[in-house]
Amino acid sequence: MIRKVVPNVTQACQGIKNGMTLMFGGFGLSGIPENAIAQIVKLNKNHLTCISNNAGVDDFGLGLLLQKKQIKKMISSYVGENAEFERQMLSGELDVELIPQGTLAQRCQAAQGGFPAFYTPAGYGTEVAEGKETREFNGKWYVLEKAFEADFAFIKAWKGDEAGNLIFKGTARNFNPNMCGAAKITVVEVEELLPAGALDPNQVHIPGIFVQRIFQGENYEKRIEQLTVRKRN
Amino acid sequence: MALSKEQIAKRIAKEVKDGYYVNLGIGIPTLVANFVREDINVEFQSENGVLGMGPFPFEGEEDPDLINAGKQTITTLPGASFFDSAMSFSMIRGQHVDLTILGAMEVSELGDIANWKIPGVMVKGMGGAMDLVASADNIIVAMMHTNKAGESKLLKKCTLPLTGVGCVKKVVTNLAVLEITKNGFQLLERAPGVSVEEIVDATEGNLIINGKIPEMVF
Repeated sequence: MIRKVVPNVTQACQGIKNGMTLMFGGFGLSGIPENAIAQIVKLNKNHLTCISNNAGVDDFGLGLLLQKKQIKKMISSYVGENAEFERQMLSGELDVELIPQGTLAQRCQAAQGGFPAFYTPAGYGTEVAEGKETREFNGKWYVLEKAFEADFAFIKAWKGDEAGNLIFKGTARNFNPNMCGAAKITVVEVEELLPAGALDPNQVHIPGIFVQRIFQGENYEKRIEQLTVRKRN
Repeated sequence: MALSKEQIAKRIAKEVKDGYYVNLGIGIPTLVANFVREDINVEFQSENGVLGMGPFPFEGEEDPDLINAGKQTITTLPGASFFDSAMSFSMIRGQHVDLTILGAMEVSELGDIANWKIPGVMVKGMGGAMDLVASADNIIVAMMHTNKAGESKLLKKCTLPLTGVGCVKKVVTNLAVLEITKNGFQLLERAPGVSVEEIVDATEGNLIINGKIPEMVF
């Protein structure tokens, strides 16, 4: 067994430098690597390019990095919940690349699986396709999109073991599995870190080969963005 | 009388057939789930990674690890499944999802749709909308016929940045049900009490009216 465990978030985040490209799992505030984000805020690294479906809210998630102006460029599909983001973008302080959500996922998946690029119909005929190669297959047009190149991927999983095998929970899974192994170094934080053998290999979502560092996360806030409930009757 | 948002959703629900996997966008489309007939089997897909979405949870039973694409807390129904984002969009691009219902700011008579950006004013992003409209065979747009300034949202040509080209098949608004054909918007039904003239006045794109236009039945 190859051990991937590091003792804490400080060691897990070693090697992050100004100007690097970082990937973050999560959809909205669900399944975001809360511990790693807090550590990057603390390290005060800046000029970062961040790849994440969303940009958090003003005071949580990647919004914390935006507040401190640590992000130079953001690659996302939807940023609607963050007023500070919108302000920095409209004022030109923040460079933003908005891309279709499925394209974002597939650019991660391509990086993980060794594909330099792929064709997708998403965005054909729109400004997303401007400057990109397009090609017709069987009468339909597609846009060539490239795999991401990132330095670190920060992942949040539900359970993981010492070998770096991972299991995700509910819709907190989202982009996390696609980003594992899609960057030079994949750093995973888990709610429950278990000894090797504790996870049923049949149930593993992501094998440890895609993971370089895993650590026991702490103090998860797991904020809910839109609380919607129904009354009992 | 022009339809309420709930009534638009109720009319669209009639388009949902037994055995369909359906993706609902944010806003009016989300309401469609409340009006689908109970004697048919349908599964709702949310592109953040769930099939078999159920109603909102009871108070106190909400789970931050269980949300829909609008970031709302949800529940799952028996037979539900979770998956990652790449697989979710394989379902969408691979045309395994049977029906996509989404909102729009503008639709053109050619079936182009704009719903993600107002340059310099509102830039929230496209989320999964571009993947959905580029891939789905069966796309219904749910929206108001006119904007807040009273201007038509059914246009000859979209003025806002496009989300997709030539992809919308049907539009259900507070005034009418329209199908997009080679020649423009074909008027199929009108909202109860709304005249054809009112629809003509509220539609900038080419409107095709053949014979007597029936009122919607719910």
